Amino acid sequence: MGRKLLTEHVNVEGIETFEVYRKHGGYRAVEKALKTMTPDEVVDEVKKSGLRGRGGAGFPTGLKWSFLAKPEGVPRYLVCNADESEPGTFKDRYLMSKLPHLLIEGMIAGSYALGARTSYIYIRGELLYVLRILEKAIAEAYAAGFLGENILGSGYSLDLHVHPGAGAYICGEETALLESLEGKRGNPRNKPPFPAVQGLYARPTVVNNVESIATVVPILNLGGDEYAKIGVGKSTGTKLFSACGHLNKPGIYELELGVPVEEFIYSDEYCGGIWKGRELKAVVAGGSSVPILPKELILKTAAGENRLMTYESLSDGGFVTGTMLGSGGFVAMDETTCIVKNTWNFSRFYHHESCGQCSPCREGTGWMEKVLHRLEHGHGSMHDIDLVVSVAKQIEGNTICPLGEAAAWPVAAAVRHFRDEFEWHVKHPHEATRPGAVYQGAGVLA
Amino acid sequence: MAKITFDGIEVEVPDGTTILNAARKIGGGVVPPAMCYYTPLKGSGGKCRACLVRVAAGSTKDPRPMPKLVASCITPVQDGMVVENTTSQQVLDVRKGIVEMLLINHPLDCPVCDQAGECDLQNFAFEHGVSTTRYEEERRTFEKIDIGPYVQLHMTRCILCYRCVYTADQLTDGRVHGVLGRGDASEIGTYIDKVIDNDFSGNVIDVCPVGALTDKTFRFKQRVWFTKPMNAHRECSHEKCNGHVTLWYKGKDVMRVTARKDEYGEVKEWICNECRFDKKETTDWILEGPAHVDRSSVISQGHYELPVVNPQIIADLPESTIRDLQQNPPLKLGGLNG
Repeated sequence: MGRKLLTEHVNVEGIETFEVYRKHGGYRAVEKALKTMTPDEVVDEVKKSGLRGRGGAGFPTGLKWSFLAKPEGVPRYLVCNADESEPGTFKDRYLMSKLPHLLIEGMIAGSYALGARTSYIYIRGELLYVLRILEKAIAEAYAAGFLGENILGSGYSLDLHVHPGAGAYICGEETALLESLEGKRGNPRNKPPFPAVQGLYARPTVVNNVESIATVVPILNLGGDEYAKIGVGKSTGTKLFSACGHLNKPGIYELELGVPVEEFIYSDEYCGGIWKGRELKAVVAGGSSVPILPKELILKTAAGENRLMTYESLSDGGFVTGTMLGSGGFVAMDETTCIVKNTWNFSRFYHHESCGQCSPCREGTGWMEKVLHRLEHGHGSMHDIDLVVSVAKQIEGNTICPLGEAAAWPVAAAVRHFRDEFEWHVKHPHEATRPGAVYQGAGVLA
Repeated sequence: MAKITFDGIEVEVPDGTTILNAARKIGGGVVPPAMCYYTPLKGSGGKCRACLVRVAAGSTKDPRPMPKLVASCITPVQDGMVVENTTSQQVLDVRKGIVEMLLINHPLDCPVCDQAGECDLQNFAFEHGVSTTRYEEERRTFEKIDIGPYVQLHMTRCILCYRCVYTADQLTDGRVHGVLGRGDASEIGTYIDKVIDNDFSGNVIDVCPVGALTDKTFRFKQRVWFTKPMNAHRECSHEKCNGHVTLWYKGKDVMRVTARKDEYGEVKEWICNECRFDKKETTDWILEGPAHVDRSSVISQGHYELPVVNPQIIADLPESTIRDLQQNPPLKLGGLNG
């Protein structure tokens, strides 16, 4: 079992309270930062750690922080993106509900590094119970002098607010999140200007994922260089994975980046293999937005090397034979899963969640869903398979925000890797629409 | 100042200018189409994706190409930028895709739509689209909503450019107009049954690129290409309105009044509802002369201006046509102006 930096004390009784968290080494990072380090030194430590954004894009957090514009006399903001709504991803919810003080500690250290005097946690509206946990923890932190005026006598003051969203997936996109936080309709903004220059209330803003901010705590405790030694290559440190689907032991796992995918799925230490003794069919490795991969390609790269749980290894081969680490929502599907139905289900989600602002996504997501619905229900034609790929291509890269890509990638990848299954739905509509029927491979009828 | 190369043509524009406006400085066929961007409206643009262009070189300092196509209406130029619009096959292909997306849920009821002939979507589709569709599903439709005595909202035709939303926001007091719903169920709403009721509400008709917002006092009266636009003005008592309009004539009757638009269909001076809806007599106005309509060629195709400029052409026309032309108000400019 590898090192656990975030979830080391997660099972300690009462860890969600300030006293117990403090007793287990909590708020040391804040003390270290505020008493012994300048804000720039904190940014440098994060840079050295090689931490990459845990929300899905994998952009280096330290670099993002250093891009923040710092004009004189203008407030800056740190906003925590806790609007976790990607199908398959549920790590932030776990982290916040179990270890609220870890996030608050990270927020204090991050805000100090960026010079923010007011910071926000924008939390998914459905997670009302987590919001209550966070608010309770924030109140405790205020009472203990870790939030508010003149924290620990350092002269640094910070106010931290939790703001619930109203149920839109799109508000996890950083500029839509800022719009929503400002009280407007959650439509993504046109970029440029980027949030680092004009973000919340048109002020310089950094938006980070919950896990990225929480990870600042172990980085400061260990030191950036020490943290960077964990992991493989440019994928440093540990990362939370939310494993779900047809696994024996689904759940949240904190992994040192670099564990082989095969070990993660089959080892008893982690997911314990596929349930009911069945075969693995496909994996969506990083939340519903990333391309789906068949068993052969998720376990081994096209070159025959073992695929590892790292940013680089999972994206090896580009989108032709690779995928992305994304947000760490690891969905395993066994041999009884119908890929066409699954793809339709994903596209239904994106159709429902498109904000409707720009035309390719607004019209294209609905179109894809309808065509996939047709294919799944035995009314499709061969032409429809190419059509849905073509529509996906027309959306990809032409939209304001990445939701267009998130909708297009899974569809394009499903057809790329499971085209024969789509064709089977067209050729054998009666078989394919029989309840429980699943494509069993070329020439075999279920 | 920044110097950029647009489709091989060099142009120098002030820093901060968008690529689209730099292209408009060149003018002509290289200008990307724009369905949602509207110069006078702050915040507009970036939504329809019709104006996507390829940036082959970002700037002199950083000559790398931009990884994705960018919306030219909102992307500012950089010195040394190289932009490809009509010279890039990728851009033309994507634009075809955008037309297709905009049309799949559009009712294509041009034969009964008042906007036909001056519709940006019609022009855009004609120039860049394909004549068949791959969309077999049922098209999206909406229930009709009554939004007052002057403006007809026909949501089914809407392409959600947000222009009218920005107009209502920026031009009129008390916002009653916004977008409800999400994704392809989004719709322009006026918060339940609040009527757009203020002095400048009529301008939403002019900014609408399609037939989603039309003039109730003009609906079904006349096809626009049978009417003749004349620039005119009057002393308007409204402080924000200076009374510069275009009158659209059929015979001697003023069929409708609109604000004046430039060659890109953009209104430069907003007009009030009194000028637009209540002053429909020639005697209300001081005529200035025929309005030139560049882009919506279908309106200009009658070339009614020509006989005035070039009497020689009249001589070559059949007698009946000359008689028709002589009976048309534009030919009797002097008489009308008194």
